[in-house]
Amino acid sequence: MRHDFIDRYSRLDSPVHRLPSYAKLFFSIVIIFTSILVPIHYFWVFMLFFTFLILITLMSTIPWRFIGVRLLFLEPLALGIAVMSLFQQHGFEIFLSILIKSSLCLFTMILLSNTTPFSEILSLFRRIGFPALLITVLALTYRYLFVLMDEAARLRRARDSRMFVLRRSRIWLSLTSLLGQLFIRSTERSEKIYTAMISRGWK
Amino acid sequence: MHIPDGFLDVKTVIATAVFSVTGLGTALQHAKKHLQSREIPLVGLTAAFIFVAQMLNFPVAGGTSGHLIGATLAMVLLGPSVAIIVMSSVLIIQATIFADGGLLALGANIFNMAIIAPVSSYIIYKVLRGLVRDTRGQLISASVASWCTTVIASVFCAAELAWSGTATWSVVFPTMVGIHAIIGMGEGLITMLVLSAIFKTRPELLTNSSLHTKRKENRPSFIYGAVIVIGLLLFIAPFASQLPDGLDRVAQSLGFESKKIENQGFLTPLKDYRFWGIESQPLSIIAAGMTGAGVIFALSFLLAGVLIPKQKNVDHSPSST
Repeated sequence: MRHDFIDRYSRLDSPVHRLPSYAKLFFSIVIIFTSILVPIHYFWVFMLFFTFLILITLMSTIPWRFIGVRLLFLEPLALGIAVMSLFQQHGFEIFLSILIKSSLCLFTMILLSNTTPFSEILSLFRRIGFPALLITVLALTYRYLFVLMDEAARLRRARDSRMFVLRRSRIWLSLTSLLGQLFIRSTERSEKIYTAMISRGWK
Repeated sequence: MHIPDGFLDVKTVIATAVFSVTGLGTALQHAKKHLQSREIPLVGLTAAFIFVAQMLNFPVAGGTSGHLIGATLAMVLLGPSVAIIVMSSVLIIQATIFADGGLLALGANIFNMAIIAPVSSYIIYKVLRGLVRDTRGQLISASVASWCTTVIASVFCAAELAWSGTATWSVVFPTMVGIHAIIGMGEGLITMLVLSAIFKTRPELLTNSSLHTKRKENRPSFIYGAVIVIGLLLFIAPFASQLPDGLDRVAQSLGFESKKIENQGFLTPLKDYRFWGIESQPLSIIAAGMTGAGVIFALSFLLAGVLIPKQKNVDHSPSST
């Protein structure tokens, strides 16, 4: 099964993808940090960042459609919170400023996650000095995310092929028992993984 | 409840980052000392499980759907310290891969959903477990704890937004809490149903898991408690009382005041937010919270009675938990 909706384009080959991951993370943090710090009156700063990001996107050969869809998917969440800022003095000004800033940050993060494979981000975290336990847990989570999604899809297919009447209460009961089953299977899987890790010389 | 980047100002970003690094660091240290290496893959897989569980949509009325957050579920399954690690991993991966929740807002998101949520649900769960001891009690406590936790985390989320000057407290507080009081009901129901499903097939996972027994959580509990109390004093106390906010003045003198707005909103009716005519605002908030918790408790009690088959003398003595 394909799960490449997660970080589909992070393994492309382009000048941007070949850049070292620390440079990309550094630039992302700089862009996000300055956009938080700089008031919206300095509009040219934001225009500069947007043109910079657009240039990066052009160089990275990531399809525009993909980035557009991602932005559209994530923007409503930001919009939902931003609407609450309307109910105060100068509300509209704050609303606009938040909208521009959060779109810029979202754009940055979408680009970062789709030009850097997660394994590189992890090795960067390790060099920065994240605790080893957290790195192991993150690596395991990322690795088995795909496996558990497959597992959930299989459980779901099995349920759909046996269930004809979809009353809401039945859906809730079957979905939760599906989740319970998924957890039980992941504990069983974790024991096998541990044996496999040990036999390959982990710790 | 994932706060995106651009909503929090610098002082909130730094404060929440300090809190979440302290909390997560304590949890990691505690886990390193007490977690058997056999259990480390389980932590990773539980994080993946919570991630997948969050992607499953439950149909709610009128075409909308909701999903699990999972802090209480992780806490009941693996204990508070491991739950902090699990929820943090989920949030870190969501931020770096999905851009769901900001990168610099990660501190705030971890603080709300991965530290406050598991720890407060642990406290509530422990207290309620002391009152009702059987399996049904375990499910009811988990359900009530998930509702309370969702609401508590949303209060902190609202406070961080208000503290950053993105929205006024009088708007953001009722909105966030109102929405999450409803979301929390779904959360409580899903948590309870998932736990009862696990209980039906593998009850030993809930009762005598080595992750629950003989593990002292005294020192970490103290640090988590301290972090939450400081967070409470820092973020929420300025809004609950009318005392001038010292940190705001610091922020003004440092020049972050561009977003600082006078607290007089247009929406004056919302400023008079009262609960059934109780005059003082903190009191009315507490009353509303208590009523909510009571309703959830009653609902969970009824549902647990329907869902859990009468136990036929299974030896789940309360002492084993």
